[in-house]
Formats: sequence, structure tokens, C-alpha cells
Amino acid sequence: MEKIDKSRFAWVGADPEKRESMARPSITYWKDAMGRLMKNKVAVVCLMIIVVLILACALVPMFSPYTSREQHLSELNKGFFTVCNDGEHAGTMHVFGTDKLGRDLLTRAFEGGRVSLMIAFAAVSVNLIIGMIYGGISGYFGGMVDNIMMRIVEVVNGIPYLIVVVLLMMVLPKGIFTMVVAYATVGWTGMARLVRGQCLSLKNQEFVVAAEAMGAKASRIIARHLLPNTLSVIIINVTLAVPSAIFTEAFLSYIGMGVPVPQPSWGMLAQEGAGMFQLYPSQLWIPAIAISLTMLSFNLLGDGLRDAFDPRLRR
Amino acid sequence: MQMLKYVLKRVGYSIVTLFVLVALTFFLQRMLPGDPFIGDKALPQATMDALNAKYGLDKSVGEQFLIYLGNCLHGDLGLSLQTNRPVATIIADSFVVSFDLGIRAIIFAFVLGVLLGTVAAIKRGKATDTICMFIALVGVSVPSFIVASILQYFLGLQLTQTLKGAGMGAMFAATGWDSWNSKILPVLALGFGSLAQISRLTRTSMLDVLGQDYIKTAKAKGLSQPAIIWKHALRNAITPVVTVLGPIAAAVLTGAFVVENIFSIPGLGRYFVQSIQTMDYTMISGTTIFYGAFLIAANLVVDLVYGVIDPRVKLEEG
Repeated sequence: MEKIDKSRFAWVGADPEKRESMARPSITYWKDAMGRLMKNKVAVVCLMIIVVLILACALVPMFSPYTSREQHLSELNKGFFTVCNDGEHAGTMHVFGTDKLGRDLLTRAFEGGRVSLMIAFAAVSVNLIIGMIYGGISGYFGGMVDNIMMRIVEVVNGIPYLIVVVLLMMVLPKGIFTMVVAYATVGWTGMARLVRGQCLSLKNQEFVVAAEAMGAKASRIIARHLLPNTLSVIIINVTLAVPSAIFTEAFLSYIGMGVPVPQPSWGMLAQEGAGMFQLYPSQLWIPAIAISLTMLSFNLLGDGLRDAFDPRLRR
Repeated sequence: MQMLKYVLKRVGYSIVTLFVLVALTFFLQRMLPGDPFIGDKALPQATMDALNAKYGLDKSVGEQFLIYLGNCLHGDLGLSLQTNRPVATIIADSFVVSFDLGIRAIIFAFVLGVLLGTVAAIKRGKATDTICMFIALVGVSVPSFIVASILQYFLGLQLTQTLKGAGMGAMFAATGWDSWNSKILPVLALGFGSLAQISRLTRTSMLDVLGQDYIKTAKAKGLSQPAIIWKHALRNAITPVVTVLGPIAAAVLTGAFVVENIFSIPGLGRYFVQSIQTMDYTMISGTTIFYGAFLIAANLVVDLVYGVIDPRVKLEEG
């Protein structure tokens, strides 16, 4: 047996510096969640679809040779990939065909998407702001204030919201702004409840007590300490609120209470397409697929975000 | 005692909510642009005054509101400005149809949704689960008016044409609400979204229940899988589903606006949309209040039933 030199065995000793150092770089909550989200293939695909849709809605109408309102009276109700023979645009192509007034459906579809998405995002943002402020105040102050504020929420929440939206839409002039106002009037309660619940559980934690001890004002504690900690819940909720706003827009436009007539929106296109469905089914398919795909992507992304932020809930 | 307090509180909320809704409807109605008496021909001032007096439009706003409130309590929702028939009568006539449609849709959604969700939860992670949840996701993401149009086109028209070619009668009627085969497609279209929502919820709550200890005990006792699922797990898994029945009733009710229009069903939703388009103020406000009252009552019932099924709710609310 080979003899091993004893000098090769030496006491290394504990390295105090190494012992304190981290084995792995520290991962923040956000990085961790984003990492989990990126591993979720379905959610990533949905995120990409959403980004592509938004970019397409922003860019396609700009580069399209047609505008959403110009008519080509010699070519009505044309199918996909029809070459345009009309006037100055001769030689260009109606990729999605034309509608019964001879308007280019590709341009209208993406411009409609612009309108629909804009309404959805604006409505959800307004809800978010109202809900955050209302919920933050209610949750932080608690007691009587909370009691009264939540009773109000309870009453507003009890009123069927589509009916109120319909009523408001009748009073206000038709348009994008009106739809946002109508949706926001009744839509903020869900967010307010959620934020309040989070604030209630957060406000007794040490960091809030510390901030109070150092004399921070209530507004500062709510804005700088409580709300940032509710962000994950808020993001999930916003993602799931967007499809419901898109649905509301489509629904209202469909029953004729949405955007005013020449303006396209997905609900408007669906309504126009439904009338022509028996003869030219593609005119309904395009907005139907657009609406469904967008809602599906947002729903799936929302599910993915929930799993990413709170793995305990994963099913 | 606790139960009584809970019931009183719920009833109180419902009354306040209903009052707010009536007030909102009334005052929004006041702000509406346009005039119901202006038509193609200009009317002389005396006729306008007479009309205004007949419909009580010459009194002060506060007075009108009190009269309106009193009338609502009596079930008198005024005369329709377009057809001159009492709004309450129109509602009573047409809501029967809407209610029939809605109840069928809710039962369809509930039974199939619970079934789908339960199957998905049992087969968690398998292909069956993926298929069930994909169906549910499509249901959540495709608006009812699109489902309705597609069903009407493919099953109502194309299939009927094909069957006619083969010398057979129609399997599904594309419009109306008389024969049994005209009732299938609207119910499918109206219930699909709710079905999806219920099945997603059932799956989540079922998975929760299946992980609990008493299910393990049941398994250890040697009970068969169906006995565990149907007798032990489902009873607990179904309670959260009951809570969404209120919102689902609302969704079905508003969904009926378009589904009734698409399938030409003479229900209240169709009249509501029509009255919006013709600016029939009394009809709109009457229907709104009726819908509101109906949904608030439905929510109240759901809350009370839930309080009985799950007594913990009352303790939490205090």
C-alpha cells in the first residue's frame, strides 16, 4: 500500500469570509416570479401573442395603403387576398377582403383592435387607480372608515354592472371616452376589495409599524409601503380584468351602444359581420377570432402570473 | 340569533342597493338627451303641454321621483312610450320566456360544469384534464354572441340544409321559442360561458378537497373511487360554486340580450335592446329596475343559502 505523505493533510481552518458569502446570487421575489413565469411555456406564448397583437394594432393601420373609412364601391364583400382595381390603390391587395361597403377589412380589423384595446387598457387603468386609492385608504385606516367605505362598495357591487353601463351609455355621447367612464363607474369595486384585503393583512407588520414610529404620514405609508407590496396581486388582477373589459366593449358595440358607427372596433366589426354571416362568414370570423384570441391570451397569462407569483396555489 | 342577524343584514343591503338603483335609473333618465314626443312632424305647443301633463313631465324633479318611487312599490312601472302598453305587463309577458331560457341555461351550465370540473380534477394532469380545461378556457374567452352566431349558422342552418337534402326533418330550429328543437341552441349558447366558469371553479375546489385528510380516511376504509367522489368530496367541493350562482345569474340575464336577439326569441332581453334603440324611457327604466330587483333578490337568496350550507360565513362577517 502506498504511503501517503502526511504533509498533504493540513488543517485548512474555517474561512470566516467564505462562510458568510452566499452560495448563489440572491434572487429577489420579482426575479424569482419572472423566472417561474418564463418557464411556463403557455404563458410565454400568450405574452408574445399579446405583444404582437398590440404592435400590429399600432403599426398595421399606419402602413396599410387604405384607411378604415375609404370605400371601394366596385368591390364589395370580396374574399381574402383580393387584388384592388379601384382608383389610386390599383394593384394593392385586400388581404382580409372587403365588407359590404367596400372597406378594407384588414385595416378595419387592426384599427378596430386599436380602439378595443385602448378602451380596455384605459378602463382597467382607471379602475386600478380608483381601486388602489380606495382600497388603500379603507384597508389602512380600518375601523369606522373601513366599515362605511366597504358598505358603499357592497351597494355598488350589488347593482348589476352591465345594466348600469347600458344606462350610462345612453346618457353620455357615444365614443371611446364614454365607454371608459361607463366601465369605470362600476368596475372599480373588485380592485378596491382586493387591495383592501391585502392592506389589512400588511398594516400590522413591522415595517409599517417602523414607518409609523418614524412619523410617516398615512398617505406616505399607503403609497410607499402598502401598495408596492400588493403589486403582485394587482398585476394578476389587471391581467384578468383586461379580457372582461374587451368583452364589455364588444358586447356593447354588438347591441349598438358602443363606438359611433364609422369607427371600427372589434365588437362593431362582429356586429357588422354577424349580419353578413350567412353569405360571407369570414366577415364575422375575423373579429370573432381576434376577440377570442386576445381574451384567451390574457386569461392564460393571468393564470400563469398567478402561478408564478404564488406557487402554493398552483394546481 | 346569529342567523337572524345575518339574514337582517343581507336583507338590509338588498333594500339599500335597490333604492340606489331606482334613484340612479330615475336621475340618469332625467339627463337623457332627446324628447320622446318629437317625431317626424312638429307638434303644436298645446299638444306638447298636454302630453307632458299626461305623462307627469311638468312636475318638479323631486316630486316626480317620489311619485316614481311610490309607483315602483306598487308594481306600476308606467306606460311604454312607444306601444302605450303598461311596462309591467310587457315585462310579465316576456319575462316568462326569458326566465324559461335562463333557468335552462343555468341548469345546463351547472350540471355539465360540475361534471366537467370533477372529471378534470380526478384526472389531474392527464389528457382528459387538459381537454376539459381547454373547453372551459374557450368558454371563458369566446363571447356568447359569437357562440350563438356560430351555433346558429352551423347547427341551425347548415346541418338542417344537409338533413333536408337527405330527406330528414330539422334537428335544431335556427330561430324561435316554440318547438322543443328550437330551445336547444339558445340554451347552449347562453350557458356555455357559465359552464366554463363553473367547471374551472369546481376543478380548483375539488382538487382542494381531494387533498384533505378525510378523503384519505375514506380511501383507507376501502371505499370505491365513485363513492368517495360523489358522496364525500363533491358535497364539500360544490359549496364555493354556489357563491358564483349570483354573478352567473347576472351573466345569463345580460347574455340573453344578444342571444334572444340572434335567435329571435320573444323574451325580455330582446325588448330591452329594442327599447334602448327607440329611446323608450319608461320601458328602459322599468326593465332596468326589474332586472336589478331580480338580480338583487337572486343574490340575496344565494347569500342566505350559502349561510345555511356553510355556517362559517356568518361568523366571519360578524
